[in-house]
Amino acid sequence: MSTIFQDLVDTLRKSTLHFADTKKLMNTLNIIVTIKQVPDTAEVRIDPKTNSLMREGVPSIINPEDRNALEAALALREAHDGTVTALSMGPPQARDALEEALCMGADLAVLLSDRAFAGADTLITAFTLSRAIMKIAKYDLILCGRQAIDGDTAQVGPQIAGFLDLPQVTYAEGLELKKGGSLIVQRGLEDSNQWVQVKLPALITVTGRINHPRYPNLYNVADSCDDAKIKIWTAKDLQLPQAMLGLGASPTTVKKIFEPDRKMKGEMIPGDERQMAEALITKLKEMHVI
Amino acid sequence: MYSVHEICRERSRQFPKGFSHFIKRASMDFELTRQQKLARKIAREFAERELAPHAQQWDEEMTFPSEALKKMGPLGFMGISIPKQYEGAGLDGISYVLIIEELARCCASTAIIVSVHNSVGAYPIYALGNEQQKQKYLPDLCSGRKLGAFALTEPNAGSDPASLETMAEPCGDHFLLNGVKTFITSGSTCDTVIVMAATKREKKSRGITAFIVERGTPGFSVGAKENKLGIRASDTCELIFENCRIPAENVLGEVGAGLTAALGALTFGRVGVGAQALGVARCAMEECVRYSQERKQFGKPLASFQALQWMIADMATQIEAARMLIFKAAWLKDNGKPFAAEASMAKLYASETAMNTATKAVQIHGGYGCMKDYKVERCFRDAKVIEIYEGTSEIQRLIIARNTIK
Repeated sequence: MSTIFQDLVDTLRKSTLHFADTKKLMNTLNIIVTIKQVPDTAEVRIDPKTNSLMREGVPSIINPEDRNALEAALALREAHDGTVTALSMGPPQARDALEEALCMGADLAVLLSDRAFAGADTLITAFTLSRAIMKIAKYDLILCGRQAIDGDTAQVGPQIAGFLDLPQVTYAEGLELKKGGSLIVQRGLEDSNQWVQVKLPALITVTGRINHPRYPNLYNVADSCDDAKIKIWTAKDLQLPQAMLGLGASPTTVKKIFEPDRKMKGEMIPGDERQMAEALITKLKEMHVI
Repeated sequence: MYSVHEICRERSRQFPKGFSHFIKRASMDFELTRQQKLARKIAREFAERELAPHAQQWDEEMTFPSEALKKMGPLGFMGISIPKQYEGAGLDGISYVLIIEELARCCASTAIIVSVHNSVGAYPIYALGNEQQKQKYLPDLCSGRKLGAFALTEPNAGSDPASLETMAEPCGDHFLLNGVKTFITSGSTCDTVIVMAATKREKKSRGITAFIVERGTPGFSVGAKENKLGIRASDTCELIFENCRIPAENVLGEVGAGLTAALGALTFGRVGVGAQALGVARCAMEECVRYSQERKQFGKPLASFQALQWMIADMATQIEAARMLIFKAAWLKDNGKPFAAEASMAKLYASETAMNTATKAVQIHGGYGCMKDYKVERCFRDAKVIEIYEGTSEIQRLIIARNTIK
């Protein structure tokens, strides 16, 4: 694994595409937001015979936490000036998600679409996205959703930070830009909050609790469908060989997908109200809950 | 009959190279553009999140959806087809009907408020107004800061608008407006209303003039709010004009040309009302599809009984036919072709489809269909209203007949 990662990193470092200039900062804030198009899980049904997901006819949406990342980016841009670029990798129809991002207010969109990219695991996805970010070049901040609702891995954001050698802060629930080019990030941990200061450029992953994303706007519809607003890049544009892309290059293989057994079982307490209450209190005491 | 392919082949034989554009034009395109799909998606998401959860309560309590409308203005819903220079969203007629359909699918009342505002509250000012009027009124209307209404109907002039009794007498640089308008959508909530009044009664339909009347003009008051069968969250009121002084600069279009203007505005409005009916019909059908799969009788889901399958098949077919008529009318408008008969066909067929679908939907739901907790009950009441307002089914048939029997 480490050698694969090292090979990929070496490829990026050796490339003629350049890393962002870390010295140039802060008059304007240039933000890249990664967007994944996912099936709307609320509409996905399970085939009772095969137990597989029935994705046919299921509408696609922007991954919800990516939408939060985009909202955070738009809010920062409104407060501090700058640009927001939405970046996605996927089949040609992923353009729909980017058009929606433009309708919400992103300035520009980039879609990485090529048969060669298909089947990439999180590592190769992050590698390909990192390469594209290097090609975009001008950025101070990368915002990602914590995880996608279809894969739930939460790996791509941190892996991009790894490839680009950027500081990363995950699980952001609040962002505040400080003078001098640093960001105070409120991280939502399981039972506490943590405030972290990070110097830009950096990569932040956000959770759904950070904000309420705005609706896409009808005023932006005409512009968002303009070809000039969406760049479509292929493997050739990223100057990457087929061997480092897609399913073939991915070290992860999915062996099986299954629904986990629900081990938590409810217990019915019999008796009248008084008996039930007493039994419940005894149980909770036994469990040291009260 | 030739198939499209045969026509193409035939044409390619007839025309030498360089005439390939003829071949291309022989095919029809049923695909929506990217813009149209995006507009529909935006409207659907907004309606499902912001309208659907409240629609039942708004209907029950006759609550005007002001909070939702406040959000819709900045999103471009209040000036859908008006160019951006007047703060409209600048979308085409097909996008407009797609948006209204999506809104109506979740809340028919909000859809009518938005459609009346767009098609007869704001659009006539864009189509007929002078530059000064456009600059003065459109930005506020299109951005939703102000709400528009349209007042033609009177207690004694419904389907026969030429017999209206509201008078506007010239009086120096003003007109004195006197009369009563009835069943005015957004009557108590609007900021501007386009009022039709007779400036020369003896000239009948050629003596009617359109005026832009602002709320707060002395002599303009709002009467009782009607308690309606359906579309209950939209406020329908009486407007009373007593020696209401309207500056001559507020004449919309030319003096005496108001009725033609009004009917012109109502024509595209009708396509929008058709789209609204389509939304209601879709809502009723979707509820039936869901319910008939969940509800079991005689040990089987309702959807497995042919009697119900046939009802749903009819709903689906009529909905598709209504959609085609609406798209066709909107397409004609977008391409600058006459569409009066097609607009009436769209409104007539879609509203009757909504009524048929909702009636069957209540039947499929049985006892539950009569309960306020079920959406189909509301669809049923809303559909009946749509068959009547903006031209009853009978008036639509009259227009279609006049266009057919020449």
